[in-house]
Amino acid sequence: MARKSRKAKTTGKTKTVNKVVNIASAKKSREISFMGWRRNNGRVGVRNHVVILPLDDLSNAAAEAVANNIKGTIAIPHSYGRLQFGADLELFFRTLIGTGSNPNVAAVVVIGIEPGWAGRIADGIAKTGKPVKAFAIEQAGDIQTIAAASRQAKEYLQWASELKRQQCAVKDLWVSVKCGESDTTSGLASNPTVGNFIDKFDALGATTCFGETSEITGAEMVCAGRGKTKAIGNKFLKTFQAYMDEVIEPYKTDDLSESQPTKGNIEGGLTTIEEKAFGNLEKIGKRTKYIDVLGPAETPKKGPGLYFMDTSSAAAECVTLQAAAGFVVHLFPTGQGNIIGNPIEPVIKLSANPRTVRTMPEHVDLDVSGILRREMNLDQAGDKLIDITMRTCNGRLTAAEALGHREFSLTKLYRSA
Amino acid sequence: MAAPHFIVHDTTDSVGVVVVEGIRKGQTLAGWVMATDATLKLACLDAIPIGHKIALVPMKKGDTVIKYGHDIGKVVKPIRKGGHVHVHNIKTKRW
Repeated sequence: MARKSRKAKTTGKTKTVNKVVNIASAKKSREISFMGWRRNNGRVGVRNHVVILPLDDLSNAAAEAVANNIKGTIAIPHSYGRLQFGADLELFFRTLIGTGSNPNVAAVVVIGIEPGWAGRIADGIAKTGKPVKAFAIEQAGDIQTIAAASRQAKEYLQWASELKRQQCAVKDLWVSVKCGESDTTSGLASNPTVGNFIDKFDALGATTCFGETSEITGAEMVCAGRGKTKAIGNKFLKTFQAYMDEVIEPYKTDDLSESQPTKGNIEGGLTTIEEKAFGNLEKIGKRTKYIDVLGPAETPKKGPGLYFMDTSSAAAECVTLQAAAGFVVHLFPTGQGNIIGNPIEPVIKLSANPRTVRTMPEHVDLDVSGILRREMNLDQAGDKLIDITMRTCNGRLTAAEALGHREFSLTKLYRSA
Repeated sequence: MAAPHFIVHDTTDSVGVVVVEGIRKGQTLAGWVMATDATLKLACLDAIPIGHKIALVPMKKGDTVIKYGHDIGKVVKPIRKGGHVHVHNIKTKRW
């Protein structure tokens, strides 16, 4: 997009430029930059968190005590980390290490019940070059562990507070997308607004990601056609079919027990999974092709571009996996008003449902209901989303951050031993 | 046109989406087709909540419902043109 508009400028043929591109916004896009923190591994963050990361459920209390002692640090309590094995354990480690490795995180204190696995998490995070230290509770007890970990957390926090933001380009930015409590206005307006953003940012070299495997049911062939090559489309179809065969089919109930679509989706007018799926796919824009298919919490390795990630369609599970893969800012269109946040990745909420915008405005960062009234078009809405995203990257707190939403939900592949 | 009462995604769609609150039974609604920028008028047979679908054509049991130009499920109870389309008269083909 930017390349085309630049060509138009140099040749003077502005009228012949691709008609789907808004010239003014394309020019503006070329100038887009933000002030981020460049980490030792070259990745750029838009937040500067010091995280207190429990290895397991048992260590939540100590982690939360440390975060309470050292103001400005964030504890990320969760429910697992014990008796997991095989692929489920690998995903667990990938998610926790990925969370600590995310460039929105400056430094990490890991607390585990025992030193072996706590050390494995810390070693994984240390590969990014950021400061990380593990503490173990056995043979010390909570109180002594909390004291030692608090001293370390205080040092990290003060060190991180002096790190400076620097100017970064869109190509440094990793953006994830996922919608929630969708309704028909999502497919009409808020999801296509995200799609407009994706088309514009893909052309500028951003790294982007969508997921929600079960929520493509009915639109899977259309989605397969959006792969960069036939092989990548087939990789998506294989991933989709595996989710159907392993997760859905063995446990399938009528209408999936009003879980897909959800009760909220149905209240909002969505009737079937197929209808929901076509609305969902609007988030990837009109032209952008995905260049690879990622496993849950897997970090992209093929450079800038759009990626599909195999995830649940539950909001917190999906965003947790995307944040663990390294995405630093999230676009979350909602119809009926999903209020999700994430501890480390700011979640920007947009809605086109005028009732939602009126009844729960404190959760909405961007109102695009004007599209439904024909007061704004998608291109204008996409530019507004770029603007609020850049402001968020520069430090504006999202509604979810201001309200303290820190949903962190690990994806479990099967029962623990 | 002023703000539409309902919006249609594509030219082949058999349903539109009500995008304003307070639609009453018997009201004549103004629709907007996004794909072509065309407008249409339709008499509404039900009080349809915001976000819910309205039938653009009559549909009989077994028909496929089209939205976004694609198959979004099957009709399980006959639907009159201008009627409310939702879980009471259409169903997924997947589960």
